[in-house]
Amino acid sequence: MPVARRLELALLLTPALLLFGLFVLAPMAIAGFYSAYDWNGFGPLTDFVGWRNYADALTGKVFQDAFWHNAVIAVLSIAVQLPLSIGLALLLNRRLRGRAALRAIVFAPYVLSEAITAVVWLMVLQPGGFADRVLGAVGLGDLVQQWLADPEVVLYTLFGVITWKYLGFGIILLLAGLQGIPEELREAAALDGATPWQTTRHVLLPLLGPTVRIWVFLSVIGSLQLFDLVWIMTLGGPANASTTMATYLVDHGFKRYEIGYGSAVAVLVFVVCFAFALLYQRFALRRDTEGALG
Amino acid sequence: MRLTRALAAAAALSLLASCGGPAAPQEPTGPITLTWWHNGTSDPIKTVWQDVVTDYQGKNPDITIEAQPIQNEGFSTKIPLALQSPTPPDVYQQWGGGDLASQVTSGKLADITDASKPWISTIGDFAKGWQVDGRQLGVPFAQHVVGFWYRKDLFSQAGISAPPTTMAELNAAVAKLKSAGLAPIAVGGKDRWPDAFYWNYFAVRECSQQTIESSVKNLKLDDPCWVKAGQDLVDFLRTEPFQEGFNGTPAQQGAGSSAGLVANGKAAMELQGDWNPGTMSSLTEDKDLDSKVGWFPFPTVPGGQGDPAAVLGGGDGFSCTTRAAAACAKFLEYLIGPEIQNKLAAAGTGLPVNEAAVTALKTENLKTVAEHGRNAPYVQMYFDRAFPTDVGAALNEAVANLFAGQGSPQGIVDAVNEAADGAK
Repeated sequence: MPVARRLELALLLTPALLLFGLFVLAPMAIAGFYSAYDWNGFGPLTDFVGWRNYADALTGKVFQDAFWHNAVIAVLSIAVQLPLSIGLALLLNRRLRGRAALRAIVFAPYVLSEAITAVVWLMVLQPGGFADRVLGAVGLGDLVQQWLADPEVVLYTLFGVITWKYLGFGIILLLAGLQGIPEELREAAALDGATPWQTTRHVLLPLLGPTVRIWVFLSVIGSLQLFDLVWIMTLGGPANASTTMATYLVDHGFKRYEIGYGSAVAVLVFVVCFAFALLYQRFALRRDTEGALG
Repeated sequence: MRLTRALAAAAALSLLASCGGPAAPQEPTGPITLTWWHNGTSDPIKTVWQDVVTDYQGKNPDITIEAQPIQNEGFSTKIPLALQSPTPPDVYQQWGGGDLASQVTSGKLADITDASKPWISTIGDFAKGWQVDGRQLGVPFAQHVVGFWYRKDLFSQAGISAPPTTMAELNAAVAKLKSAGLAPIAVGGKDRWPDAFYWNYFAVRECSQQTIESSVKNLKLDDPCWVKAGQDLVDFLRTEPFQEGFNGTPAQQGAGSSAGLVANGKAAMELQGDWNPGTMSSLTEDKDLDSKVGWFPFPTVPGGQGDPAAVLGGGDGFSCTTRAAAACAKFLEYLIGPEIQNKLAAAGTGLPVNEAAVTALKTENLKTVAEHGRNAPYVQMYFDRAFPTDVGAALNEAVANLFAGQGSPQGIVDAVNEAADGAK
């Protein structure tokens, strides 16, 4: 590469690299550093504890539970949201009356912030609230639960709200994927005498593969980092039944002044996300990105 | 280069500052600017603090006060960062107890023991919560007292003639309210700390003052009275005194919160601080709420070692950092003086720490509560504040778990002892 070109590259990249280093890499390194200390965030860093914070977190029941809660949300997302999104996307991709309005309605919840979603659903789900009254009015009063107060139920309630909020995003993503499938393929299938179901099963769904794989990636990473909604709706309770790794991190790191321990938890969350991202890239996304990354 | 130098300077400063305990106030020279972080983000206290700034600057032309209102929750993240920085605020909101003990390790807090000697006695025992190892590291401007706020109308509807004074009477009242189809007690279990009030009070009733003081000091709950307190709580929970879904109910936000339930007549009582009338009135349309609610202290527990008149409470205060400690201490003296205390009391922002201002309180209820706190043999700071922050949080978590049907009385004691030993 000619010198001028190198200089140009360096000049253009430096600001971005500096910002990235200062606000992404440096805090990560600092968190790693703090995680080896028992530190409340005030005095000097004196109590070196090595790996103890990590051991405490990994052997602690609440953090383990938090990890499983994240995992449950991730698995449920794939098992429930994905089929729902695909089904609705296929439906909304057809020529039907009011399609634009329907798409807008489906997408609307995604536009709301998680904080607003949480506050709205708090009101809907409070005892004797809108949800309970609707269930009662349609004769399903027996289904009424202590949505946010019962440790057995709360995680699934939260999953329901998450689904409500993020379904629209999945559908829009899949619709975009569907638009990218050439019309000719469908016509060819029809000429060959394929039924609509066969066309969907053997033409559309396989070609949606890259979109689905990206959706799964975003969904799992999102599930692993789940915070706002849970923090506002339940604070991780009752009895830690809805704690996620991120709420556990904020609870210990900031509310309890356990900065060293919180840093260790932050590193663990990062490692989990990073490991997933790497493995997923390696095994699931490779064929999609092969062309792009050459 | 510049950055490195600044960083090195900051590091050197923090090293210097962390040597030894808190520094004694120096005398100010020349004009001084005090930065003041308080939590008065909304009225009525917002206006009171604004007036304080104008008034104080008028009386002290050398002093400029830069007040910065910060949301309550913001303090838990902002204060640690500020105390790490070379320029922390000069005066900042402080709730005393274990938080204060944690923050003092930063070396940035001013010891105002000597500076406050001439006037600290005006507020009596309340100053104790802002001491660490006998050093005065802040001053409360308002005290808090926890007790039962109840609806007189719902009590009479259920045929309860007088507020309960013993646990047996409270249980009887709960039964009567239930058979009248009313939710007896509202509790904001989602927030955990309202749950902890119950365990706190049972502990204050079961354990002697001496036991409590030594346990808090040594951070070890080894007296059997602590387990007994948990057992009292389990027995009480068995009577199912709380509203439906109490584990998911917030304490102070919205009409569906525990305060909102009482304010709107959906529940008959709530164990809460003296701030509750203010919280409740903002959650209801009812303009006559004050005349409908009454207050009674936490009932006595048979056989307990604690003084039956002991009170659970806390307070709001301010601490000084070292830069302008002398000016800060003067400012705090002004805040607990009769003039400002009367203003605070009249605005309904809390119970004054200065006795002279008690008569300025707006309602008879609040006067009753203030007098009760004042006449109590001792006021125990809520344990989550009295203990170091992480230990207090572990306690609240363990109590909330018990409310949600998990754990045991021994488990609460173990959780505190383990957290004190550094377990997470």
